[in-house]
Amino acid sequence: MRTRATRRHKDWALAYALLLPGLVIFSIFTFWPFLQNFKLALYQNPPYPGLPSTFVGLSQVGDVLSSVTFHQSLISTLLFVVMVVPTGLLGGLVLALAAHKALKGMAIFQVIFSSTVVTSVAVAAVVFGTLMDPVVGLLPWLGLDPHPAILSNPTWALPAVAVIAIWQFLGLSFIIMTAGLQSLPEEVLEAARLDGARAPTMFFRVTIPLLSPTIFFGLVVGFIYAFQSFGQIDILIGSQNAEFTHTNVLLFYIYRALSVQNDPGLAAVLSIVLFAILLSVTLLQFRFLERRVHYAGN
Amino acid sequence: MARVHFAKVSKRYGDVAAVDDLTLEVADGELLVLLGPSGCGKTTALRMVAGLEDVTEGSLTIGDDLVNDVDPKDRDVAMVFQSYALYPHMSVAKNIEFPLRQRKIETAERKQRALEAATTLGLEDLMDRKPGQLSGGQRQRVALARAIVRDPRVFLMDEPLSNLDAKLRVQTRGDIVALQRRLGTTTLYVTHDQVEAMTMGHRIAVMQGGRLQQVAAPQDLYERPANTFVATFLGSPGMNLIPASRQGDELVTPSGSLAVPAELSGIAPGEVTLGARPESLSLGTEGLRATVSLVEMLGAETQVHCKLEGGTTLVVRQGHDQVRPDLGHSVLVSVDPSSLHAFDAATGDRIEGSQ
Repeated sequence: MRTRATRRHKDWALAYALLLPGLVIFSIFTFWPFLQNFKLALYQNPPYPGLPSTFVGLSQVGDVLSSVTFHQSLISTLLFVVMVVPTGLLGGLVLALAAHKALKGMAIFQVIFSSTVVTSVAVAAVVFGTLMDPVVGLLPWLGLDPHPAILSNPTWALPAVAVIAIWQFLGLSFIIMTAGLQSLPEEVLEAARLDGARAPTMFFRVTIPLLSPTIFFGLVVGFIYAFQSFGQIDILIGSQNAEFTHTNVLLFYIYRALSVQNDPGLAAVLSIVLFAILLSVTLLQFRFLERRVHYAGN
Repeated sequence: MARVHFAKVSKRYGDVAAVDDLTLEVADGELLVLLGPSGCGKTTALRMVAGLEDVTEGSLTIGDDLVNDVDPKDRDVAMVFQSYALYPHMSVAKNIEFPLRQRKIETAERKQRALEAATTLGLEDLMDRKPGQLSGGQRQRVALARAIVRDPRVFLMDEPLSNLDAKLRVQTRGDIVALQRRLGTTTLYVTHDQVEAMTMGHRIAVMQGGRLQQVAAPQDLYERPANTFVATFLGSPGMNLIPASRQGDELVTPSGSLAVPAELSGIAPGEVTLGARPESLSLGTEGLRATVSLVEMLGAETQVHCKLEGGTTLVVRQGHDQVRPDLGHSVLVSVDPSSLHAFDAATGDRIEGSQ
């Protein structure tokens, strides 16, 4: 008994020793800043660096949440998410279905379709920026004269950056959907064929329900991806463009609060809001959508 | 209901023949078991009937229809899979109704027929459950209900009992046989389990390496195996094979000689493979010289493994009341001459006139 207890102690000690480096790194770079952020939100900073900040408690949170800029930012973010997530998921599913055929050379298409995952945001933004350029872009080449230019146009700026985000999300969405399709139980699909199901029934009443855990996972990933999009907007629109208010999504607003407005307090409050939104959206998805999801074997 | 006819049917994947030149007829209302070790082509043959695999060569007929190029949904066959293949997102009732719904049968009739099928299999109280809430045996019964509900021409069953535990397997085996006899639907049943095959089939088709070895009623298959493969595959343990040669009126083996029994008088002089079931061997005062290498007590019987001087091992089945020999002891194995089989030493085929 005694030796067994000693051995168990040794196991625990070894486990913690192995975990320790990870815990230290996480504590320094993730947990500690995360907690500091809550503290920052309670202090107001003067607009010039170096001056002491003042404790204002929750009043700063109230101010930010009731500000027009914040509301505009929230609306832009939601619009952006609505444009990106369903389109990206549907596009990924369509590509995955197209490539889910045992044809020679299909691997080439699978590589092409998933390649947007490994394309850097900066490269994608520059390429799309060129395509959308009012002088050398696609529209003038087609003989159209976009005026004002797409990226300076209050109506089109947000959809334009959403297009880039969709394009980039397609690769991930394609990979997720392909993995889902490949893991579908073959015999259930065969049973449906023998039971007389035609193509539409096969797809909507068998394939999609069987694929629902994958779609659900893609939805959660897509939401987080869309809420955290930033690079495309920073590179193509930037803070200087007059139309930035229309593309001022939350993450970009946070970045601007800190780097342009020198206001860590504002940035901290916005970060907490973004965190709260992502957490609650994810929890809501799990709470309500997971019930409608059918896991194989269940 | 209909007969199923394979006429010189082959299925090739590149150079590999999964099913090679299969000619086989399943009579109307018959339960025919396709039996063989894994990879023998039995499942491929079944899937060709379902339309899930293309026929490379030959013709496949269901009833009077050539079905080589007919879509699975138009063949009017129902299949029961090893994994049950139920729709996990649908209730038991919806699962059973699914094939009827695809045939655009109106709601009232659909529900009525689904309930009848469910009642036949004792599922009427589980209609609102999802497959995930059922036991393995219940799931398999739902799969059977889904197969019988539309009254297909042919049932195809692909190892439907493999995922059930031993006790449930015996019970479900009986249920399937009773159901098939009552409905009289032509059934093709794939298994690697010889007990299932022997107890369920009107006839058994034994396959190996993509080729049909023999098709016969269970008892015929056991008593008159067409070749050494069938002889050793059926039976537990299978038939003992003893290499010998006929010299005059004697069958000479390295461990001693046997007199040529009257039944085998037609075999030619020279090499021959003799076959004897474990129950037609006994330990006595005369016969082949051997050493006891293993004694397995199974309760009702004992299986004594005896190593002949030539290196061949024979299994002798003894009743529980017989004296068990000690390991390593020398014994004499006597053969009941009337139940001795003879096979061609080169091809392994049964020599007619033997037995």
